[in-house]
Amino acid sequence: MSEQHKKHLFAAVVLAVVALLVWQATGKQSTETPGLAEQQNQPTEAVLRRGNGPEPESLNPQNSRTDPAFNLARDLFEGLLTHAPNGDLVPGVATSWDISEDGLTYTFHLRPDARWSNGDPVVADDFVYSFRRLADPSTAAFYAQNMAPVVNGSAILSGEMDASELGVEAPDPATFVVYLVTPTPYLLDLLTHPSMYPVNAAAIDAHGKDYGRPGNLVSNGAFVLEEWVVGAYISVRRNDHYWGNQGNRIDRVIFYNTSDDSAELKRYRAGELDFTYTIPLQQFRWIKENLADEFRVHPYLTTYYYGLNLRKPPFKDSPQLRQALAMSIDRELLTEKITGVGELPAYGWVPPGTSNYTPQSFAWAGMDAAQRNARAKQLYAQAGYGPENPAQVEIRYNTAETHQRIAVAVASMWKDVLGVETTLVNEEFQVLIQHIRQGEITQAFRSSWIGDYNDAQTFAVFFQSDFDLNLSGYNNPAYDALLAQASRENDLAKRRGLLEQAESLMLADTPVIPMYFHVSRHLVKPWVKDWQDNIMNLQYSRHLSLQRD
Amino acid sequence: MLRLILKRLLTAIPTLLVLVTAAFFLMRAVPGGPFAGERNLTPQVEQNLRAAYHLDESLGMQYLRYLGGLLQGDLGPSFQYPDYSVAELIAAGLPYSLQLGGLAFLLALAVGIPAGVVAARHANSPTDMGIMAFCLVGISVPNFVVAPLLVLVFAIHLDWLPAMAVEAGRGMGLRNMVLPVIALALPQIAYIARITRSSMLDVLGAGYITMARARGLSERRVLWGHALRPALLPVASYLGPAAAALLTGSVVVEQIFGIPGIGRYFVQGAVNRDYTLVMGVVVFYGTLVIGFNMLVDISYRLIDPRLRRS
Amino acid sequence: MNDQPLIATHWQAALGRLARNRAALAAAVVLVLICLAVVLGPWLVSVAPDAVDWDNISTPPSLANGHLLGTDANGRDLLARILAGGRISLAVGLVATLVSVLIGVSYGAVAGYLGGRIDQLMMRAVDVLYALPFLFLVILLTVYFGRHVILIFLAIGAINWLDMSRIVRGQAMGLRNQEFVLAARAMGVSSRDILLRHILPNLTGIVVVYATLTVPQVILAESFLSFLGLGVHEPLTSWGSLIAEGAKEMENAPWMLIYPGLGLGVTLLCLNFLGDGLRDAFDPVRSDKGVG
Repeated sequence: MSEQHKKHLFAAVVLAVVALLVWQATGKQSTETPGLAEQQNQPTEAVLRRGNGPEPESLNPQNSRTDPAFNLARDLFEGLLTHAPNGDLVPGVATSWDISEDGLTYTFHLRPDARWSNGDPVVADDFVYSFRRLADPSTAAFYAQNMAPVVNGSAILSGEMDASELGVEAPDPATFVVYLVTPTPYLLDLLTHPSMYPVNAAAIDAHGKDYGRPGNLVSNGAFVLEEWVVGAYISVRRNDHYWGNQGNRIDRVIFYNTSDDSAELKRYRAGELDFTYTIPLQQFRWIKENLADEFRVHPYLTTYYYGLNLRKPPFKDSPQLRQALAMSIDRELLTEKITGVGELPAYGWVPPGTSNYTPQSFAWAGMDAAQRNARAKQLYAQAGYGPENPAQVEIRYNTAETHQRIAVAVASMWKDVLGVETTLVNEEFQVLIQHIRQGEITQAFRSSWIGDYNDAQTFAVFFQSDFDLNLSGYNNPAYDALLAQASRENDLAKRRGLLEQAESLMLADTPVIPMYFHVSRHLVKPWVKDWQDNIMNLQYSRHLSLQRD
Repeated sequence: MLRLILKRLLTAIPTLLVLVTAAFFLMRAVPGGPFAGERNLTPQVEQNLRAAYHLDESLGMQYLRYLGGLLQGDLGPSFQYPDYSVAELIAAGLPYSLQLGGLAFLLALAVGIPAGVVAARHANSPTDMGIMAFCLVGISVPNFVVAPLLVLVFAIHLDWLPAMAVEAGRGMGLRNMVLPVIALALPQIAYIARITRSSMLDVLGAGYITMARARGLSERRVLWGHALRPALLPVASYLGPAAAALLTGSVVVEQIFGIPGIGRYFVQGAVNRDYTLVMGVVVFYGTLVIGFNMLVDISYRLIDPRLRRS
Repeated sequence: MNDQPLIATHWQAALGRLARNRAALAAAVVLVLICLAVVLGPWLVSVAPDAVDWDNISTPPSLANGHLLGTDANGRDLLARILAGGRISLAVGLVATLVSVLIGVSYGAVAGYLGGRIDQLMMRAVDVLYALPFLFLVILLTVYFGRHVILIFLAIGAINWLDMSRIVRGQAMGLRNQEFVLAARAMGVSSRDILLRHILPNLTGIVVVYATLTVPQVILAESFLSFLGLGVHEPLTSWGSLIAEGAKEMENAPWMLIYPGLGLGVTLLCLNFLGDGLRDAFDPVRSDKGVG
């Protein structure tokens, strides 16, 4: 290569870079034009195109465990109870139910017009079969734990009893009875969970693990499975046998696999999706500026927190340090500048909106930032730390943009207020989980607790000393006693009081640092009507309608 | 020729066995398990899950079980997707990967080789400079920058092409394939053009080319008739691994265009500790690489008559 | 029989030719400047790369607020982060290349020189490693070794040596039958000495050239890992991670993609020119033919 030409090449590259810069600087947002797919897809039938996150692991409701699979299960199946568009509990397959005085026996009366997608009636025996299937260890169900309150449920789970011993019964085809070990006021809510949906015994016998495939899946919800292209999309169509078919204005739903949220946003903008599963967090400013009208944010039942490992130093026996760290985080700043789409700063554990409950707060929640920081410094000093002797804290989080940005911000706040020296350790998710469980090397770790049903119990149980997933290792006999008392209590108001008292007690000990309560985030095209945000982040396709102008 | 193929096939078996063994024990040595999720499992439930997938057996037993299955062509069930077996997952993704990877491979050859030849023919001219500058960009810009840029420009701003590779009811049409194929082919075009140019220049300096020119053959005939064939040898040896990589897809491109191919299983499987899925794709990829290398050897003999005789 | 002076003159001649190649020289100078800037980064920019500026989150380049290249989504100064990231990226490139050269050259030279059954066995092992997907190996290694920066370098280097070993083996096989090697063997010089004194020195040219091509490859591999979230730890960063972050925000915060990209681009370009220059310098016959 001669000198002359090398110079040319160099100049060419420089020019290209300059051109790129100029393009970036001048390239203003062109006005959004309707996408190709929209133009071509003039609806003869109402087709809803949903972004549905990562690939659902299974369409068999007892074998599924993640929201993408649950979203499909909610369209394909229906439990004894279901949700109204606003998230309220309403009758599903059961039209009514009776609860015994002691709260231990639930009798459900099934709807006579409930049908499977093959036309067969849905009967009480279907529920007996499905509940046993959930509890049976050989099903390897992720949510088998939901059977724990049912008589013999725990024994079946641990393999000590056969699934046929489960405390459920079908005295006649239209009556289904559940016997409980303890009053479980949240049972009705639990019944809307996909793991509690009925599955078709005949189809499972015929197809085994292939039950969840198009052609094999016999379901009882508003839609039936039509096509499953693994990794791309799953399409479902209207179930002609569904009892509530009249109210369903959607003919076909396509659940697109959108495992990359940036790519999902691009597809939405190209007009290929009617609403998104979530939004890429790092683009929230752009979305707020450009797509504000289509952006839907609503609180939902999840607490984002930093757990503190109480089994080991520095957090073992040092409530002052734990409190100081909890106080010195400016949650308003965090939720405004870092997460930024409307997350609620968390000063307590149970999210607002939890039914029949008043969320509790840290005693210091009412202080202003200056008071709070001053108090935090005092506590920090009491714990034996100071400028000469700063606390060394390690935050472990799993690899993801959001967690990383929050950890960076928290470390900077701890440093500014207290002088804490923080090490950030980002681990792969599976490794982090293992480390948290072992409780040997973790100090502070990031996690979230997701409410499985709308009741404070699902949050309270996390700190029970013998709970399997008490990740912080919190052990307070007084707390356990309050929870035990609440579980025996049949009076809802008294039970509520006990749970609230327990939360206050726990917060004073600060075994975790709640950061914020999550919000659901969706972009919804203007032609999607009847959308209602709700605390469970549920969107049944049959509640929606499409109206293009 | 037949003997060569047989011999390569025989040596492929121990190679594959070592590969399977290494992958199996490497995967198990990594901390974490296949069942942890954002919502944690209670230990009892996890124990039941482990028993259901034979993970409670000794490692040696599991290894033998896997090998036994493999001999019968059974890659086992997927841990992550209980509705599917690993073989079914690979079979479902393969048509997409083959189609896109195959097209990208052809595009890379169709553009890369001529570009390399032209660059060598006009060595050091502005044409050469332009082609080489393009190659430099193709090689050094990561595809997680190229792919979103393509979507942004062609799918959103210009609205010429779809952003999604597969649309319900329409499948993967030609229009859907344009952007992902370009994103996949771009770096390969660059590599192939560079290799072609450099080996072409070597060949053009050789004695018999000078002879051919001296005999008064046209430059075109010299270039395409005499020089190209030997110049393709180094390209062929590059193509083996390149083809295997293209056909098994690119994680990044699949993720950005929502392609249901098998490339993402390499990452997903490893990250989720879906042991059987990882093993499945590793075995599949290994077989492809060994197979393509065999093809390369054969094509060597076809391209270069001297090797054929020896 | 002593060919050391010969090699010395070979090197001198090569360096002499390199010095006359102005493009390669310019590339070398730019590279040195980049290295200096990156190493002296903390003294050049007063802001720490992990300091959060709460008032300037994700702001474009501006003189007014002191963030010459803007800030990222955490309000950290981009210039400081590019300099800090460059340190990691260049270190990744150098260390990983060194590792891959060390393993590749010794493995290839031994296999090529010894030949026969040992060569067969060693190359079969390379085949197995080739058949293991790169990504799978790197993921396993980074997970297993807890994602330490040094270990990422080692992991990438430890996987990149395959090509190197193949090339070196080919060369060594050719050298094995050269007269001076045959003569040394006839005189009873041990295999080890022949390898160290006769084979390896003659491989320098191709190794140097190939090494300059490996550096960019390795830097890109690291950026790919960063995209998958398997790269270096916060608060450390690398050009790859910065570009991966920037690629997600190319529309609303283009500076986050352009400036780290520019850093990486210029470095790769210079390495390429330098590599070409070195090849010309070590292989005068070819460059005389006008081959670039």
